[in-house]
Amino acid sequence: MILAAQTPLKVSLAATAASLVLVLVVFELIRSRRLRERYALLWLLTGIVLVILSAWRGGLNTIAAWLGVRGYPPAVLFAVGLLFVILVLLHYSTVISRLSDQNVVLAQRLALLETRLSERER
Amino acid sequence: MSADALKRIAIVPAYNEERNVGRVIDELRAFDPGLHVVIVSDGSLDRTAEVALEHGAHVVKLPFNLGIGGAVQTGFRYAHENGYELVVRCDGDGQHDPSQLPKVLAPVLAGEADIAVGSRFAGDEGYRSSATRRVGIRLLALIVSAIARQRVTDTTSGFQALNAKALALFAADYPHDYPEVEGMVMTIKHRLRLCEVPVTMREREHGRSSITALRSFYYMAKVLLALFVGLFRRSVVPAGGA
Repeated sequence: MILAAQTPLKVSLAATAASLVLVLVVFELIRSRRLRERYALLWLLTGIVLVILSAWRGGLNTIAAWLGVRGYPPAVLFAVGLLFVILVLLHYSTVISRLSDQNVVLAQRLALLETRLSERER
Repeated sequence: MSADALKRIAIVPAYNEERNVGRVIDELRAFDPGLHVVIVSDGSLDRTAEVALEHGAHVVKLPFNLGIGGAVQTGFRYAHENGYELVVRCDGDGQHDPSQLPKVLAPVLAGEADIAVGSRFAGDEGYRSSATRRVGIRLLALIVSAIARQRVTDTTSGFQALNAKALALFAADYPHDYPEVEGMVMTIKHRLRLCEVPVTMREREHGRSSITALRSFYYMAKVLLALFVGLFRRSVVPAGGA
């Protein structure tokens, strides 16, 4: 039987440190009210999942083996990270779409109210 | 029914049309003195709004450019909130000839249609445009005809007449980017009666049309996406209205 590939310890440590920093930064942004909870949830989830996968080498090795990643288990970290980044971007696209819809409604209301006001004054 | 009995208004979206908008207003009022005119200045940087006021129109000034759909919907909202019963929509660049208005109004006044669209292609009189545009226009017409199960020839015409029922719908919900095509489909999906009327349109006198060759491909892609996705939408009007 071929021995499954292992995650190098250094990679695990560096990845854990980096994901922990992400979690802490997100937490601090929420604490200082610069990031609303509803937008922060996905980021927190990303950070936490990455922390777990980075620190738990056995788990990462096992998941990599399941997925058929033979050579280099930390590749799974990239894949998971990328997946979450895509999710966050998609989420932002929906947020931007909603904001621009609301923006249109506001502009229309403002213009109609201005017209009503000026026609009353005349 | 006669038009004179109805409270009626012409909605004219205008973006930087200070040179055309005055004449458009004058012509509309010459055609029908009882017809109110509202100019929706879509974030114009020139004197569009001032010229429109000088010519005695109602003016709604959007704080920034919303694009044709957002501007036209503003006009629909104005008309709806002020209780108008009959609406004509025409462009601010002078392409739509008010002398053609009786043709567009006739089916709505007769109670045969909720919305009547002036089509450049329904009649025999030719309309000159580039080959790519003609292909695009034909393709859209085919698709919309298939969805609507009714023959339409001109899906991009902004020369329209609406009754109060159609006005209420469009005031509540109107597609944003290139609204005429989707608007037609919406009309059908809401079981409003749509009909086309052959009209002739004029060439622009000043300035250029906002649709260029490159943009028409982008336009087609967006419209096709919107139409395709629209087929999978259960309620056309989003709940709560955005």
